[in-house]
Amino acid sequence: MNHLFFLLTLAAYVGSFAAYIGYLVAGREWSGRLGSLLLAAGLVAHYFALLERARGLHTVPYHDLSGSMSLFGWLLALTYLSLELFHRQRSVGAFVLPFVLAFFLFAQLSPPDRLAAPPATGVAFAFHVTLSILAYAAFGLSCVLSLIYLGEQRLLHQHRVGDVVWRLPSLDLLDRMSQSSVLVGLISIAIGTVLGFVWVDRLTGNVWHYDPKYVVTLLVLVAYVFYLRLARNPGWRGARASQLCIFNFAIVIFSFTVVNLFFSRSHRYF
Amino acid sequence: MEIVLVGLNHRSAPVEVRERVSFTNDQARQAAEELRARGILHETLVLSTCNRSEVYGVPPETTRESAAALSNYLSSFHSVQLDLLSPSLYHHYDRNAVRHLFRVASGLDSMMLGEAEILGQVREAYRIAYEHGATGPVLNRLFQGALEVGKRVRSETELGARPMSVASAGVKLAERIFGKLQERIALVLGAGLISEQIVSQLRDRNIARLFVMNRSRDRADHLAREFSGKVIAWDDWESALTLPDVIVSSVSAEEPVLKRSVLEKAMTARGNRPLFVMDLGMPRNVDPDAADLYNFYLYNIDDLTQIVQQNRSARESEIPRAEVIVDEHVGKFLTWQASVNLIGIVEALRHKLKAERAEFIRERAERIPGLTSEQREQVETIIDQLLEKMLLDPARRLQGEKDLRRKIQQVEAIRELFLPDRERP
Repeated sequence: MNHLFFLLTLAAYVGSFAAYIGYLVAGREWSGRLGSLLLAAGLVAHYFALLERARGLHTVPYHDLSGSMSLFGWLLALTYLSLELFHRQRSVGAFVLPFVLAFFLFAQLSPPDRLAAPPATGVAFAFHVTLSILAYAAFGLSCVLSLIYLGEQRLLHQHRVGDVVWRLPSLDLLDRMSQSSVLVGLISIAIGTVLGFVWVDRLTGNVWHYDPKYVVTLLVLVAYVFYLRLARNPGWRGARASQLCIFNFAIVIFSFTVVNLFFSRSHRYF
Repeated sequence: MEIVLVGLNHRSAPVEVRERVSFTNDQARQAAEELRARGILHETLVLSTCNRSEVYGVPPETTRESAAALSNYLSSFHSVQLDLLSPSLYHHYDRNAVRHLFRVASGLDSMMLGEAEILGQVREAYRIAYEHGATGPVLNRLFQGALEVGKRVRSETELGARPMSVASAGVKLAERIFGKLQERIALVLGAGLISEQIVSQLRDRNIARLFVMNRSRDRADHLAREFSGKVIAWDDWESALTLPDVIVSSVSAEEPVLKRSVLEKAMTARGNRPLFVMDLGMPRNVDPDAADLYNFYLYNIDDLTQIVQQNRSARESEIPRAEVIVDEHVGKFLTWQASVNLIGIVEALRHKLKAERAEFIRERAERIPGLTSEQREQVETIIDQLLEKMLLDPARRLQGEKDLRRKIQQVEAIRELFLPDRERP
């Protein structure tokens, strides 16, 4: 059954990617609509794939690296689709889907995890982890949008206005989409962090239970608040804000990988 | 039920002829009324734009006779000698007329390939004729089909997607940077023809504010009045460069009007807000070294012309895709037309057979001895039932089976086969 949902998700995501490419390169409106529909179908199939996996392992999807990455891919796709519907702009799909596909496939192909899982139970904990991964996905999306911004701006500066440039969102819209995405990420990480403290307090009776992850999460929060502040400043709006957004995501990656694996005692895969 | 089209366009007639044969909305209504009152057409619609004047109609007689009558009518309506008009006129019938209209609505027949305005003009011409009661089932279906084709070609191909003039390329580039232009401010430096075209397009996109700056105050006032803008004094460079998001410059000057140092200062003063400058001056008005300033986008006339040239070839490459959509809809329309015609033919055939049935039975019945009148009535009923079965079954199939209707688009062959001497239904 798990195999079936894996194949359905893979087919839907690959189809969606191909359709988004068709929309971006050939400008076929129906192809863009098909891309969105297939992405929505992929999200449903991916959800059931996560559910099946969690049931099979009798644990939550973020119990191990594979599940955590799969959930990241799912939330990235969900955040993107919401943003696409909100801003009515499909041409970014072709750039986001490769990341969704990469996380989904890497999650499926990664070797089984042999480390002991932290005591992961309770609603507060579930929301803490899910919201944290949603925040990482939203920050990831803003990073992709910032990369597109820099690419499009470079093409406009060099007067290389080809087919793709006419179909991409305007620089102004890319900027706003990136800010929307960061806002979603900030709200999620803020609520997720508070819920994390609540859970720690219930578990240990001491909210000030220290973990290096706290420092890095605070740094991520400050970095993105700083980005939002600067992105609305005319002098920073545009390329500089986009570069900052990409730099901030590097901190997120650092937090997600190095800090989780080598420093944190209670944050392994989220 | 055939379709006739008589008209002329930018390819068949020079502007001197086109302007003499164009219709105002009132003239279009008048012509439609007269054509029907004189019995030249049952249904009629006049499509008149700056590049074409065309009359579409459904004639009571054969299409070729109606085409000649239409040409005469056009000549007399506009008081243009037929000898002068005839070489410019084209006549299309049925399939060709349908195809022509669908290509027109798609922008394939336009002077500027893929232009968007023509679809609105077709819609307006149809609205006028429909509200005036000049159209009937055939032209209603035909023009609704044309509007559908036009929309599909625009949404499914890139025929009208990219700008085709320097002015529209400039405005579209501004939209690439700023998105919608409703909250943006533009400044026009100098006043050339292309600048005016750009300003007109910016106004069409509801640009928030427009400033004009020119050495000649009178000319600046004139342009400001024309486009509801405000004039900035020629030496007030501080306001001139701090306020706008878009600058259109076409000043006649030997030296660049906007030097890098001035622009660098201006960009700092405006907090590096993005600035898009279209330099249409010759020699150039803006120092090319300024192009690398942060958030500063500089395009000169050559850059914009190059974009237009790229777009032209891109649009041309979309023609085959648009033609496929046109052909698909021509087929659909002809299938519908054939089914309507066929149902009419079956009905005529039934009447003909019923009329001949009485004579047929009378002749045969006389040769049968002892046939009572009841028996004769029974025979008549059986024959009627047989005829009904033979003719109604195909008619029902025609209504239900799309593929069958498509196969027998050449309905005239059936008419000729069964009803060689009958009038058209």
